[in-house]
Amino acid sequence: MDLIDILLSASFWTATIRIASPLIFATMGELICERAGVLNLGIEGIMVAGAFAGWMAVYSGTGLWTGVAIAMLVGMAFGLLHSLLTVPFGLSQHVVGLGLTLLATSLTYFSYRLALPQVTSPPKIEAFEVLPIPVLSDIPIIGPALFAQTPLTYLAFALVLAVSITLYRTPLGLALRAAGENPAAVAAQGLSVTALRMGAVIVGSGLMAVGGAFLTMSAFDSFFFEMVNGRGWICIALVVFGAWKPGKALMGAVLFAAFDALQIRIQQTPIGANIPYQVFLMMPYFLSIVALVAMSRRAEVPAALMVPFNKGER
Amino acid sequence: MQSNDKAQVVLRLNAITKTFGKLTANDAVSFSLHKGEVIALLGENGAGKTTLMNILFGQYTADSGTVEVFGRPLPPGNPRAALNAGVGMVHQHFTLADNMTVLENIVLGTQPLWRPGFDRTGARARIEKLSADFRLRVDPDARVGTLAVGERQRVEILKALYRDARILILDEPTAVLTPQETDDLFHTLRKAVDLGLSIVFISHKLHEVMAISDRVLILRHGKLVSQVETDQTDRKTLAALMVGAEVEAPKVDPVTPGPALLKLDNVGTPDQGSAPGLKSVTLALRAGQIIGLAGVSGNGQTALAAVIGGLTRPASGKLELDGETPQGWSPIHAVHSGIARIPEDRHKIGTIADFDLTENAILECYQDQPFSKRGWMNWGRARDFTRRIIDTYDVRCPGPSTRIRLLSGGNMQKLILGRVLEPEPRIILANQPVRGLDIGAVTYVQNQLLKARARGAAVLLISEDLDEIMALSDVIHVISEGRLSPGFPRGTMTPAELGVWMAGDGFEGEHSLAS
Amino acid sequence: MGSKGNTHLRLEPISNPTLARTILPPLIALGSTVVIASLLAMIAGANPFSVLGLIVKGAFGSKFAALETLNRATPLIFTGLSVAVAFRAKLWNIGAEAQLYAGAVVTVILGTGALTLPSIALVPFIAACAMIAGAVVLLIPTILKTRFGVDEVVTTLLFNFIFLLFVSMLLEGPLKDPMGMGWPKSARLIPEARLPRILPGLRLHWGFALAILAAIAVWIIQKRTTLGYEMQAVGLNPEAARFAGIPVRAALIKTALLSGGLAALAGFSEVAGLKGSLTLDLSPGFGYTGIIVAMLALLNPLAVIAAALFVAGIFVGADSMSRAAGVPTYLADIMLATALLLMVLAILLTRFRIRRE
Repeated sequence: MDLIDILLSASFWTATIRIASPLIFATMGELICERAGVLNLGIEGIMVAGAFAGWMAVYSGTGLWTGVAIAMLVGMAFGLLHSLLTVPFGLSQHVVGLGLTLLATSLTYFSYRLALPQVTSPPKIEAFEVLPIPVLSDIPIIGPALFAQTPLTYLAFALVLAVSITLYRTPLGLALRAAGENPAAVAAQGLSVTALRMGAVIVGSGLMAVGGAFLTMSAFDSFFFEMVNGRGWICIALVVFGAWKPGKALMGAVLFAAFDALQIRIQQTPIGANIPYQVFLMMPYFLSIVALVAMSRRAEVPAALMVPFNKGER
Repeated sequence: MQSNDKAQVVLRLNAITKTFGKLTANDAVSFSLHKGEVIALLGENGAGKTTLMNILFGQYTADSGTVEVFGRPLPPGNPRAALNAGVGMVHQHFTLADNMTVLENIVLGTQPLWRPGFDRTGARARIEKLSADFRLRVDPDARVGTLAVGERQRVEILKALYRDARILILDEPTAVLTPQETDDLFHTLRKAVDLGLSIVFISHKLHEVMAISDRVLILRHGKLVSQVETDQTDRKTLAALMVGAEVEAPKVDPVTPGPALLKLDNVGTPDQGSAPGLKSVTLALRAGQIIGLAGVSGNGQTALAAVIGGLTRPASGKLELDGETPQGWSPIHAVHSGIARIPEDRHKIGTIADFDLTENAILECYQDQPFSKRGWMNWGRARDFTRRIIDTYDVRCPGPSTRIRLLSGGNMQKLILGRVLEPEPRIILANQPVRGLDIGAVTYVQNQLLKARARGAAVLLISEDLDEIMALSDVIHVISEGRLSPGFPRGTMTPAELGVWMAGDGFEGEHSLAS
Repeated sequence: MGSKGNTHLRLEPISNPTLARTILPPLIALGSTVVIASLLAMIAGANPFSVLGLIVKGAFGSKFAALETLNRATPLIFTGLSVAVAFRAKLWNIGAEAQLYAGAVVTVILGTGALTLPSIALVPFIAACAMIAGAVVLLIPTILKTRFGVDEVVTTLLFNFIFLLFVSMLLEGPLKDPMGMGWPKSARLIPEARLPRILPGLRLHWGFALAILAAIAVWIIQKRTTLGYEMQAVGLNPEAARFAGIPVRAALIKTALLSGGLAALAGFSEVAGLKGSLTLDLSPGFGYTGIIVAMLALLNPLAVIAAALFVAGIFVGADSMSRAAGVPTYLADIMLATALLLMVLAILLTRFRIRRE
């Protein structure tokens, strides 16, 4: 069977992990925001900005890791703007998030046009290269998939572990989870809800930007308009699918990426060639909706998600 | 417990003043608390007790005045400083995160945030020792979301003790407890005093204040009007001081009850999370009769009100109106069946804050003529209706196009009363109708209920205030974990006897009968 | 974190705001938007004053420019109304883009010769069918919301991507113009299916008039009908609405039908009034821009007309400015995003006083 061949091929699993990597960064970023009680719909625009910033930095001559850092800082700047409007001022997280996506996207395209006024095909950069881990990468199938990737992919997996440990094993994580569940509990213990939530949104936005930067620095080696193409919205669905838990969200991202890798391969089979390619391209969005519906009954939403906390209220 | 002159002053408030807009919540309030002393802060709802304590705890900043703890001034607006100085507060609305365990809630914020991990073993040992010392039984690994109300309160107290609180502030702690649980709480508090803690106990329940405190401070309209030693006063004096006049119990003339207008026959509804549903409840509301529903909040009152108010249908058993099962049951059916519904939460459920008075007045009847016809609104008629309510029910407001969020609680409640009573309902469901109102509004609302009873309406009065229930009801039922006690006619039960039922103990005999 | 914990912002509602309090913040917001745009123009190496002048001139400077702005405003009025209707009921419809294309697809299916009726019957029939299609497209996320509690923000956003791919599929398959020389483009509408021009020789079609009528109709629905009252109540406090006996789900469904239908009219009017056929670039994000239009109009249907003209003016003006001054046309999007964010903040400041604690 074709399908079995595909599922047993190392290239399929390698592609799956590569496709999952940017989603993992951005999903962790969104998860941190939402765990602290803030829905960040700026994610799509922040990913665009991160993709451009990292790529542009390297194109201008900085090192790759400096590029990642710059992308992250740009994301954090947008996160600061988002959190200022939504946390102390308590403005609608829907409106601010969508406005921020528009702002980040248009600022990025504006900057791109300024930096490269005349180009028709954007220049490529020397992107991250695959860094196989000795011995481990020789394991059949999962070896190349997990241990012959770029450093950014390894970082994505390390990030899930770090987020998980922070949320469940440290005083900071305790405070963040409480801020998303009942901010009054945090305030009553002498901590600042505002600081916690703003911090979460700023750091989370930085991670979203790194997710965007992965696209230009570890996948396509170049920047195109519309390259993020709804990945941010998919990450929001993945957070719900993962029931706001880092490990489950990781599983969701990998599962999702596997479907994506699979549809690309089925397109190339004789049966797939008879189906309009748009059907395959629709699949990720369609699956996201299915995931949302499937998880809707069981999901444990942070109780204070999207609820602004205003201390002097009475 | 001991004379004040030899004890150390642990807490001193100097001329605290706080205003919210035009409202003066605290007006130059000063007092001091001594080591090992229990003082009661007594006052009506809205007298400024909670505001004062929130200032002390740093959650609000006073406009003027200072707080001293153990002789050192407390920086304003900083809960962390208050916690570090040894002030612990048990809030009226619990400040617990439901998704976390008891242990996690207790250690939250007690360790530096940037530490890589926390010491669960040490924390557990300390919590277990405190539990034993203060007789506060609770499982450290239980998720708070699964705990009963009494247990949650114990967690709140443990939170304060875990931080070495020397001064405990308890804001209306007994509102959610049965009389028996209240006794347990008092044991814990006495234990704490023996160990050298000092306590501020906020309440508006006189008998509790008499039972636990050494000294009573009375707050009225934001002013500290009196301070008395508890053993030199009595309930009647305190009541008069609290409201500024002798309180008169509402006068209830005997009325012969008429036929049953609404009947519940073995009605059951599913539990909603930690809130119990109804467990085969049988109840009859008769014309000219007030049925009082006593019970600790969260024991099925909401479920019962939801069934009668049309928000949920009985999952088992049946509901009858005039002996017949209605076709379909929804809020609209309830309204059209002549049920007046005074909701528990007038801010969130009873009104829409950003609607004006007119829009709020027609919420339940906008689909009926003359307020609308074939989908078109008639705002002129709606405004006439609102003006009539404003006049008849004495709603103090600038006019029918004022947004309702600008009204006081009492005036808001009067508008709701007008909305539901104007069509002369046959059945009245009054869920906590006087909660949070000042004494004038309380009397007004209670008299409206008595008037409706006199003209033959059937009234179900749900209240956590046993005194109110006992004063107004012809028959009292107690609800506990969704089960309903038999009806007790006026004057046949003492508060203590009702308390046994509220704790769920009276039902045992019935159970064995049923099974 | 602890030491910072003692300063807090507190929002205190203002019961009787002064005139200055009501007018100044929005004006400052718009002023700041212009300042930011000027700074960006300077960064792009242009004279900020000439850039702003060129935008205004490009939008309203000539009869041709003004008509172009009116034409561009037409779909924005429809999508702005669609969003305003939905947001008022707190139904977060971010999917006006998909609903717009649904309307356009139906217009092409019915208007390219499948039906031959006189214009007076055909055009209204197509418009009605387009509205139904848009309504159905929004109905799906709305039912997912009311039945399963799935957040409609994400589902409507995802539907935009799905629907655009669906349109692409149609344009390369069944709807492809045989004469289109391989381009993914539909056949042209028959003349009877076209919206005529309001005045002969003037490049403005009846779609604009329809948009104005739609705005007035929505305004009447909101002010005068039980449906408008229900939608507002559900948006402000669904729990209280349910308690009072307002059919919350039904009101949300009706809101969705109206909102989706309005967005679909944008697609209908673009195809039948302006373009005459369907391509994948029919809408340069009219659905998303509708959100900005609605927010700038404070969700008031009559103000949507003004906001749509403002937004269309910026787009049209920026296009012509870009050609003349070389500043990227994305400046228009930046201005709108900035205006949106500053405006929501400004509205907050008209209603609340900020206190430091």
